[in-house]
Amino acid sequence: MLRDIFITPFVDMWTAPDFLMQVLWEGLVSGILYALIALGFVLIFRSSRIFNFAQGIMVVFAALTLVGLYAMGVPAWICVILTLGVMFLLAVAIERVVLRPLVGQPDIILFMATIGVTLFLIGFGEIIFGGENKVMITEELGIPTDSYLLEPFGGLLILEQKDITAVAVAAMLVVGLLVFLNRTRMGRAIRALGDDHQAALSVGISLQTIWVLVWFIAGIIALVTGIAWGARAGVSFALEVIAYKALPVLMLGGLESIAGAIIGGLMIGMLEKLFEIYWGQPLLGGNTETWFAFVLALIVLLFRPQGLFGERIIERV
Amino acid sequence: MLYRTVGQFKTSYQADQALFPVRQDAFLLGIILLCAFVIFPLTASEFTFQTLLIPILIYSLAAMGLNILTGYAGQLSLGTAAFMGVGAYACYKMVTIMPWMNPILAVLLSGFFSAGIGVAFGIPSLRIKGFYLAIATLAAQFFLVWLFEKWAWLYNYNASGAIQVPNLDVFGLYVSGPLASSMTQYYVVLIIVSLLTWVCINLTRGNLGRTWKATRDMDIAAELIGINLMRSKLTAFAISSYIVGVAGALFVFQWRGAAEPNLFDIPLSFQVLFIAIIGGLGSILGNYLGAILIVGLPVVLNIVPEALGIPLSSATVEHLNIMIVGSLIVFFLIIEPHGLNALWRLIREKLIIWPFPH
Repeated sequence: MLRDIFITPFVDMWTAPDFLMQVLWEGLVSGILYALIALGFVLIFRSSRIFNFAQGIMVVFAALTLVGLYAMGVPAWICVILTLGVMFLLAVAIERVVLRPLVGQPDIILFMATIGVTLFLIGFGEIIFGGENKVMITEELGIPTDSYLLEPFGGLLILEQKDITAVAVAAMLVVGLLVFLNRTRMGRAIRALGDDHQAALSVGISLQTIWVLVWFIAGIIALVTGIAWGARAGVSFALEVIAYKALPVLMLGGLESIAGAIIGGLMIGMLEKLFEIYWGQPLLGGNTETWFAFVLALIVLLFRPQGLFGERIIERV
Repeated sequence: MLYRTVGQFKTSYQADQALFPVRQDAFLLGIILLCAFVIFPLTASEFTFQTLLIPILIYSLAAMGLNILTGYAGQLSLGTAAFMGVGAYACYKMVTIMPWMNPILAVLLSGFFSAGIGVAFGIPSLRIKGFYLAIATLAAQFFLVWLFEKWAWLYNYNASGAIQVPNLDVFGLYVSGPLASSMTQYYVVLIIVSLLTWVCINLTRGNLGRTWKATRDMDIAAELIGINLMRSKLTAFAISSYIVGVAGALFVFQWRGAAEPNLFDIPLSFQVLFIAIIGGLGSILGNYLGAILIVGLPVVLNIVPEALGIPLSSATVEHLNIMIVGSLIVFFLIIEPHGLNALWRLIREKLIIWPFPH
């Protein structure tokens, strides 16, 4: 038993390095997607202290809108632009209808409100687009669907081009976001709002505008995530489940940290794949991916209550 | 006019602190209990028992358990369904290993198993707070549901992977399983729920309840005035999980009749959380009001289009339901963030001084 836990997995890794690399690559790709969802959470949490549970359904909703518009015969690139428009309208609607009347309420109330939004969007999406699994319009968007075959250590490593595209786009998105947050007026306003609401308001930053903006950015991130994940697994409401995966990423990385979200996402993506392949399937009957990330984050949090990169929690009476 | 406090003088602190300082409240409760114990069972149809009365009581109980943890002790939990599952599976194992056991006793004992597991998952709360803790409780949620699926011993190696409630009797009267009548099941649920409500009301009014409230309002300050945070938080986890576990056992044994692991998945957790929040965090009455709304609403929504003669497929109705429930949650949070309980309190105050505005 001990041998199975402590020796066999490592021997397996050593003897089949190409398989190990494949596992790590798969983990990296899903990790990127977790990180993207977590990024949406972090942006909204930083600027409004709202724990936005609806991020997962926004991913589904964006992907469904895109596929749905294409099915109506709209050219692919116009679909993307129209979907962005829909996400903007969604951001405005959420700010107007849900957030504005709830300003200043306790965190848990706002959190519940986002769950309400989630339910609404699930029902709305099912009525408009139907619940069946759809195929993402990967090729129509110009995303290559071939795969590279590499042969490290005499083994075989399959890198799908759409995964590489996803990684590249995600990296571009993150860099763009960082530039936006650090170098532009709007970006600085978002960060100012995150640091201190009242101080930001007193220097003339409009809370409403920034909230719409932040939710819109979260919508853009949702669309990118939706395209990337949809290309791998198809578009359905099951995608919503990956939103839960972003939660341990947030715990691990810290609720306020953008770097934390990315590093946490990659770590969780790779570690859960490793655990599933080398420990979960042989020893525990598989499907450990549902809980491994949470347990890992829980253990890390026991030692660092604010996550790996979160702001230090200072408590005063 | 009926609701007057005039003439009800309090001459001691004890009288002022009594459960019903206003006589009309006790009277009102009497009427509700009379309805619940005598009038509903006499008039209700099978449909009413199975879709309204029994589930409302069970969901209220589960929400009450969660409310103790989240509303009174301030520890946000998203793992309620998993603890309900622990109660249900513990109960199932007990009645299948010891078939001679009194099933009502088994239901009450099964709560202790979930209390134990609740304490184990509550330990991180000593270091982790707020949303971090909420996500940590999701660890319990996902891990336990996975365990229900993979640990075949729990469901006695059934091929289906589900637990099936056997016919169980107390002194010859079937209380659960396919042979039990709805009325018997209802009475079992009602008695257990009433008993636990009574316990909860008094717990939250007493020393322990005040310790919890102090912890909720500011745990560092509570620690400084000499409250043992570890004891306060862990008792909250234990008692909350006990109640939730009993609710889970009732959920399967007195209502569903069978359960698959994914029944205890995260939507159930959220449903219970909705009830607790819409009813009002930090209140006992609120759980009942919330449960009536959340359980009753879909039933009403299912009946309405049929009654109006609007032809809608059942799938559309279901999706419309989800949409309406979602928007109603937002709506209720906006009009009264403190829940239906606060709404009732407001109505009561208005009634007392009616017809004067102040």
